[in-house]
Amino acid sequence: MKKTTLLLLCALAILFAPFALAADQPPLRWAAATDSNAPYAFYGPGNKLTGFELEIIQAIAREMGREPVFVPNDWDGLIPGLSRGLYDCVICGIEITPEKSQEVRFTNPYYVTYEQFVVKRGTPRVASLDQLAGKQVGTLSQTASFVMLSKIPGVIVKTYDEEVNAYADVVNGRLFGVLLDYPIAKYYAFANPNLQFTGPPFGQISYGIALSRTNPALLEEMNAALGRVLASGEMRDILSRWGLWTAMVADTFGQPEDPSLPDTEYRAFVAATAEQPSLLNRIIGYARFWPLLLQASLLTIEVSILGMVGAVLLGFALAIMRVYGPFPLRWIATLYIELIRGTPLLIQLLILFYGLPNIGIKLEPFVAGVLGLALNYAAYEAENYRAGLLAIPKGQMEAARALGMTQRQGLFHVVIPQSFRLVLPPVTNDFISLLKDSSLVSMVTLVDLTGAYKQIATQTFDYFGAGLLVATFYLLIGLPFVRLARFTEQKLNPGTRK
Amino acid sequence: MDSFTPLVSIQDLHKSFDDTPILKGVSFAIEEGDLVSVIGPSGCGKSTMLRCINGLETLDSGVITAAGATISRKPGAKLDADFEKTAHALRQRVGMVFQQFNLFPHRTLLENTMMAPIIVRGVPHEDAEKTGRTLLEKVGLGAHADRYPANLSGGQQQRAAIARALAMQPKVMLYDEPTSALDPELVDEVLHVMKALDAEGMTQIVVTHEMRFARDASDYIIYMEGGHIVEISDEDEIFDNPKDERTRRFLRRFH
Repeated sequence: MKKTTLLLLCALAILFAPFALAADQPPLRWAAATDSNAPYAFYGPGNKLTGFELEIIQAIAREMGREPVFVPNDWDGLIPGLSRGLYDCVICGIEITPEKSQEVRFTNPYYVTYEQFVVKRGTPRVASLDQLAGKQVGTLSQTASFVMLSKIPGVIVKTYDEEVNAYADVVNGRLFGVLLDYPIAKYYAFANPNLQFTGPPFGQISYGIALSRTNPALLEEMNAALGRVLASGEMRDILSRWGLWTAMVADTFGQPEDPSLPDTEYRAFVAATAEQPSLLNRIIGYARFWPLLLQASLLTIEVSILGMVGAVLLGFALAIMRVYGPFPLRWIATLYIELIRGTPLLIQLLILFYGLPNIGIKLEPFVAGVLGLALNYAAYEAENYRAGLLAIPKGQMEAARALGMTQRQGLFHVVIPQSFRLVLPPVTNDFISLLKDSSLVSMVTLVDLTGAYKQIATQTFDYFGAGLLVATFYLLIGLPFVRLARFTEQKLNPGTRK
Repeated sequence: MDSFTPLVSIQDLHKSFDDTPILKGVSFAIEEGDLVSVIGPSGCGKSTMLRCINGLETLDSGVITAAGATISRKPGAKLDADFEKTAHALRQRVGMVFQQFNLFPHRTLLENTMMAPIIVRGVPHEDAEKTGRTLLEKVGLGAHADRYPANLSGGQQQRAAIARALAMQPKVMLYDEPTSALDPELVDEVLHVMKALDAEGMTQIVVTHEMRFARDASDYIIYMEGGHIVEISDEDEIFDNPKDERTRRFLRRFH
């Protein structure tokens, strides 16, 4: 009897749906943050919006007789956007908490879940969160799991912006484990052969659709629609296909524990992420790193140019000291050059950044990076300039002095301008070299191009593509400077033409 | 002329390089307006003597006076602390022309003549340019003022070097083998300029191997050998009737 009623209801719903849509209802504007948001609402292969929340909101909208319209937003802007009336509701795995209920109204839960602990494969079972004392555990910032973890004494909590990085750090051994919502764990960790689910379900959280507090009528309407989607078994179908129909969900909704359909969507997701994306899709995927790459390029250019300016000035002083200076200065310059050239730039940078604080000198990362490059390259510049100065015939200085110039005047008006032209090619060479060596400043926490490379590679696991991309950026930055130097060289040429 | 006031005088000049004596007590004096040629075999010390006169070389002992500035050093004494200062003052009144011209290759001929007046004397740019152009005109290079040294012949470069030295308005001009680096056909144009300067009353000391020029143009000739002045005499006298056997032997090669 019960079954017949259900079937009848379904048939009625299908029959009346077209009529309901035809009625003049405004669209239902809903928002979600889609970045790294599987399986909620995210862009799947082919850049198509998909996800179990998308299907749920579509079903609810249909029940309400309204057309769903998606409004994208950042995670941080979701709730403020709601208050400002940019959209009618937010469905984005938001946990129903008393704090959040002060700000927004929640519908009845459309999904319930728990926190899943994930460790490296082969780690002994974690039965209780209390066992995590003294261990490094990762999670996402501003989540229920973070709140849960921070209540346990002795746990060292590391928060991440992207779950991918958190799980990668478990694989790399930087984290003991990661505690996150079951759907995230299922989609980002379950299929990874290096990772392992462990322990019982921790806690229980409910996802609700968030609505503005100013529209109680809409809340009633949505709750009714949600009730119909649940009652018709459509919810069970959706969650089954996405592999999210758990015992906890079945129990909460009072429905059978076994999934009604095979988990085809979950399998499709695993298959899609396992296969190598096409070149085009990869390039499209990299588009989201543009802001990072541009910022990083800017930093690389800044560090390189400032470093080179410092190297040129100091190198010039060293060369003059070495060629024309009196004994102690000559000796100091020679010692400096030999010391710096004889030791690696990386070690010099690390000493500047991590070593100097021991004697009370704390340098900002940017200052340490620029200073390290400048001090190092000054030694090479000095030798360039020395060679340039020595290449000018003695007769030039003699003629200058015979004309009544002092040695200093002869140096600045006669010898140096001529040697400038001679040293320009090697100095250009050094700048290109410095541009690439500036990659070492990523060791002192600066996010230059090489720092950006590390971030991109750890997010995409595409070390080859990310490497080529960043290498191309270095090349593109260097080219204009090579051109400029060649142009200057030609401009300086008239005197030497034979 | 009742009182002899020499413009350049050298008394007992000694100079050695790494314990090898080059000048072993050289003395002479030159009056204003004279053109004196210094001749002698290679290594006799004539170039070193010339370089001592404008302080490009330090001296071991002796007294050098040129156009009112004096450098002196007693035998065995330390070099005067302000030697460079005195030499600097002296160089401002003594122009020098080198065998290899030593023009500044990164500057045009005009700029070559303008640099020292502007930098050393603080002469205004326009004035320096005017003087420079006049002097280049005088040495026959007016049309080449804006060209670079590398684009000119050796003779033209040497004439430009003379113009550059003249731009500092020296009282004395020193020439260190000014035609030795030149192709034979370019020698005359340089000598011509020096003769013209002589006619204007410029005091000039020329270290040279050009015997014909020495004989034609000089007021008198200094013959040096082995770090000594062997003979100073009238230009015709030294060629036709050299007193010293060494002078005779040296000059025989040029006949």
